[in-house]
Amino acid sequence: MMAGVIFVFSAAALLQFFISYCRSLIAASSKQVLSAEVKDVTGIQRFASGDDFKRVMQLLQLCPERPEDRNSVQAIGAYFSLLNFLRSTIARVIPSLRAWTESERGQCAYFAAVALGRRISFSRDMLAQQMDA
Amino acid sequence: MLGPADYVLWFLTALLEAGVVLCALKRHSFRRYLALNIYMLGSLVVTILRFWVFSHYGFSSAQYLYFYFYSDALLTVGLYFALITLFSYVLSELQTGRYVRLAAIVLLAGTAFFSYQVIQQSSDRMLTRFVIELSQNLYFVGLVLTYLLWGAILKLRETRAQIIQLVLSLGLYFSAFAATYALRNLYPGLHLVWGHLPQVIALSLPLAWAYTIWRIPVEARLAPARLAVVSR
Repeated sequence: MMAGVIFVFSAAALLQFFISYCRSLIAASSKQVLSAEVKDVTGIQRFASGDDFKRVMQLLQLCPERPEDRNSVQAIGAYFSLLNFLRSTIARVIPSLRAWTESERGQCAYFAAVALGRRISFSRDMLAQQMDA
Repeated sequence: MLGPADYVLWFLTALLEAGVVLCALKRHSFRRYLALNIYMLGSLVVTILRFWVFSHYGFSSAQYLYFYFYSDALLTVGLYFALITLFSYVLSELQTGRYVRLAAIVLLAGTAFFSYQVIQQSSDRMLTRFVIELSQNLYFVGLVLTYLLWGAILKLRETRAQIIQLVLSLGLYFSAFAATYALRNLYPGLHLVWGHLPQVIALSLPLAWAYTIWRIPVEARLAPARLAVVSR
């Protein structure tokens, strides 16, 4: 009984901390302006839509991985899946939740676009180093 | 017997723990988060010593089991005090440092007393049972305290992005471990819960702390109300 109560409380707290942590990662990147080339490649200008996420992630996987970004990109990927789950279940009957999940999915896509920009400049730096050597 | 995945996770844990300390040194944040860095250094030493004990006595040996559980309890107490220092950062403007420290010691003593009450019926290996019980209970107490700290961050409108991310990652860590322990008590035969999962959870804390210290500038600010699940 006690273990059950602890499990339910811990799982609820885990979910809440996970959402807040992902939103803190997104908030840190939302102030960054996308470079012209990322805008060209992704088609995202000022605001992103949730439907852009999959495409941006595919582009992200084409670039060499930056070790320091791996954790955050995976966390946002999991958060996006959670949002998709909410969107296709509870959000169908709660319009405000639907609007919220749409906005969050868009911010996930923007986060992925910012990460793409970082990976592109990382790849460029690596190439430049190889050319110099 | 341990498989390649166990060795990889073991090696990664040590690497990431060292990574947190190196990132803190490189970013001149070692003294700023002294308790967190001391905890990570302690974790690194324990990880290396566990490997040494494992390679000398074997994974199923009594020596390894004793060392594992006793060191785990010490590390949990260490993390508990690291969490208390985060309380001090967040509540620094309220001049409540002395009360926070006092409350932390009283709570720790209370948890130890409760753990003793739970195991006092056991006739054999009482100290080992006590250490395991204390460790499990401290994960849950740590989770409740982190939850309170998150509430304080929202209430006091703490905006330092590094502090916010450190607290949130600690909340993830404590809640994942507390849920794992509870699930283990509910279903003792569930091998997934006692297989690789705790090792993967253990990786998440140094990974998130290294990311925070390395990538988030000290002066970065966030509006915490935007991060709450229920908007404020």
